[in-house]
Amino acid sequence: MNFNLTKEQEMVKTLMRKFAETEVKPLAAEIDENERFPRETVEKMARYNMMGIPFPKQYGGAGGDNISYAIAVEELARVCGTTGVILSAHTSLGAHPIYQFGNEEQKNKYLKPLAEGKYLGAFGLTEPNAGTDAAGQQTLAVLENDHWVLNGSKVFITNGGESDIYIIIAMTDKKKGTRGISAFIVEKDAPGFSIGKIEHKMGIKGSSTSELIFENCIIPKENILGEVGQGFKIAMQTLDGGRIGIASQALGIAQGALDESVKYMKERKQFGKALSQFQGLQWMVADMATKVTAARWLVYNAAWRKDQKLSYANEAAMAKLYAAEVAMDVTTKAVQLHGGYGYTREYPIERMMRDAKITEIYEGTSQVQQMVIAANIFK
Amino acid sequence: MKIVVCIKQVPDTNEVKLDPKTGTLIRDGVPSIINHDDKNALEEAIKLKDKYQNVHITVLTMGPPQADVALREALAMGADRAILVSDRAFAGSDTWATARTIAAAVRKIGEYDLIFCGRQAIDGDTAQVGPQLAEYLNLPQVTYVKHLEINGEKVTVERALEDGYEVLETTLPCLLTTIKELNEPRYANVRGIFDAYKEKTVEMWTANDIKIAADQTGLNASPTNVKQTFTPSPKGQGTILCGCDKDTICELMCKLQEKHII
Ligand SMILES: Cc1cc2nc3c(=O)[nH]c(=O)nc-3n(C[C@H](O)[C@H](O)[C@H](O)COP(=O)(O)OP(=O)(O)OC[C@H]3O[C@@H](n4cnc5c(N)ncnc54)[C@H](O)[C@@H]3O)c2cc1C
Ligand SMILES: Cc1cc2nc3c(=O)[nH]c(=O)nc-3n(C[C@H](O)[C@H](O)[C@H](O)COP(=O)(O)OP(=O)(O)OC[C@H]3O[C@@H](n4cnc5c(N)ncnc54)[C@H](O)[C@@H]3O)c2cc1C
Repeated sequence: MNFNLTKEQEMVKTLMRKFAETEVKPLAAEIDENERFPRETVEKMARYNMMGIPFPKQYGGAGGDNISYAIAVEELARVCGTTGVILSAHTSLGAHPIYQFGNEEQKNKYLKPLAEGKYLGAFGLTEPNAGTDAAGQQTLAVLENDHWVLNGSKVFITNGGESDIYIIIAMTDKKKGTRGISAFIVEKDAPGFSIGKIEHKMGIKGSSTSELIFENCIIPKENILGEVGQGFKIAMQTLDGGRIGIASQALGIAQGALDESVKYMKERKQFGKALSQFQGLQWMVADMATKVTAARWLVYNAAWRKDQKLSYANEAAMAKLYAAEVAMDVTTKAVQLHGGYGYTREYPIERMMRDAKITEIYEGTSQVQQMVIAANIFK
Repeated sequence: MKIVVCIKQVPDTNEVKLDPKTGTLIRDGVPSIINHDDKNALEEAIKLKDKYQNVHITVLTMGPPQADVALREALAMGADRAILVSDRAFAGSDTWATARTIAAAVRKIGEYDLIFCGRQAIDGDTAQVGPQLAEYLNLPQVTYVKHLEINGEKVTVERALEDGYEVLETTLPCLLTTIKELNEPRYANVRGIFDAYKEKTVEMWTANDIKIAADQTGLNASPTNVKQTFTPSPKGQGTILCGCDKDTICELMCKLQEKHII
């Protein structure tokens, strides 16, 4: 057993820390306030090959591993939850299904520009009536001659409206239940495809979350991903990997709140002493730091298993469940440690607390993670 | 065009702590980085590579085996070849012996059109290695480069001075020392990081490899003696005068005269 990062992971961490501190942190409050998608950051990440870290170079990736990818999301989220999820949704949900299930042409045509950061990616599974119960898909895809015709809508899609490529899950044969669901690659300019309502959210406000509308949307026959009827499996396995990304985001937010708290407690004086000298607060911080560290090892363990080609769905669920809880817990305590200042927008802490909450909801709520873990225990 | 960039791995702090008893640097626990000015040197080389075809960049450092990581980072930024000159025989080298050792390594590299050094290392702080290296190699040198144009063999340089800059012309091959005003160094590239570790190598050269005799390098070949190192006492607080009335202006003039500024 070896708990050390490799030299390249170490260098990725140093790079991402510096990039996040200098390029991402200065924008975090403003993009939150204005609900603005940070396009310029995406362009910078593309320039430094951050948009396809775990994919092979032949498909435009960095030729790296999933631990490095997790570290990248963690470091971005440490200063800005929005930027963390943009990278996570793009890599794990937009690009990864093509890497895992796409054929050679699809990889060259779509994965390459995605991994190079020329395109941004998104993933549409959730519908108004298909949330946790994702099998209840109502979007329909019908094969007509040499093309598919899609009708229906998706809601809450991360990077919606900003992306060039969308992985869309739709029903191809209602009679077959989950085996009648298929996955498709939809380009942003596909006829009949449009962006609907953009959500106004509690947190990760710079990330766009939108409705996708398909009205007789036409896509080429060859844009089916994997086989007809494989869509539900593709969606579930995509989410298994995506959970490593969201767990990393949660971990980063928690670490960021912890770091801000430690800094603040050394500066802020009450009763003639720095807050950091009150034992009651020290113990709170000790617990926060312990939980963040525990979350980190769960996350890195899941990523490591994926790199080792071992099963990781259960570990990813545990990592996401725990890291999200820790993010919520630590950011709430961090606001407490900042007192009234923590509740204002003068400090980044209230934003971190708002950003943390979503990690317990998307890519499977905490209850869904518990279902996955329990199913594994009682199988 | 073949470019050699000399980089030094330094502790990441502008206020390196000194052991008051021995006068040596306390390096424990301080992360190591590529010296700032050297990153500008490397950036300028990579910009030339972006602009012209057939530019090849070798990064060179003399240092302990741990300096490997500085070279890998340079590869991840865009350098093509990395050489670590490392040997126990080099220990205790002052700037004179360091420059002579680096010169021997550059001779082994053989072909070069342009050598970049940073102006100054943030730890040693002498700004001597670049100029000394140029002398050892018998090359024209321009220090404090803040702007650079290369046209064929002709090199046009803006050289920063305290109160302005001068424009100088020289020809390739030459040695330039760079300052931070020259450019904004890029980050390492993530793909570059994996390439640097998986596909590229850092060549290790010993004293033997660069054919430098034991009495030409290291402590015994170093004429400098460090008598004492100390932290200078901080400068006094400045004085702020407010107002635009006659008295304030007189006071200002008096103070400036006292200090022989006017
Ligand atoms: C900001 C944001 C971004 C998103 N991005 C994407 C995206 O990119 N792509 C995408 O496809 N989707 C995305 N989603 C959708 C997200 O994954 C869903 O919101 C989530 O899966 C929950 O579905 P729901 O909102 O319909 O909640 P519901 O399914 O209605 O759940 C409501 C509550 O009931 C609980 N619950 C439901 N069923 C059970 C059960 N059987 N047992 C116990 N508890 C249960 C849930 O845990 C939850 O607490 C995003 C959502 C948001 C808010
Ligand atoms: C008596 C004495 C003993 C010393 N003993 C030791 C010792 O035991 N161990 C130790 O680590 N240091 C030692 N030093 C310090 C070391 O010799 C200097 O740091 C070194 O010569 C570089 O000088 P500088 O830091 O002032 O660099 P500067 O001259 O300020 O550097 C200018 C530029 O030269 C280039 N450069 C400088 N050093 C290197 C290098 N090593 N490789 C490649 N390029 C370089 C870089 O481009 C740099 O930006 C000693 C110094 C003295 C005076």
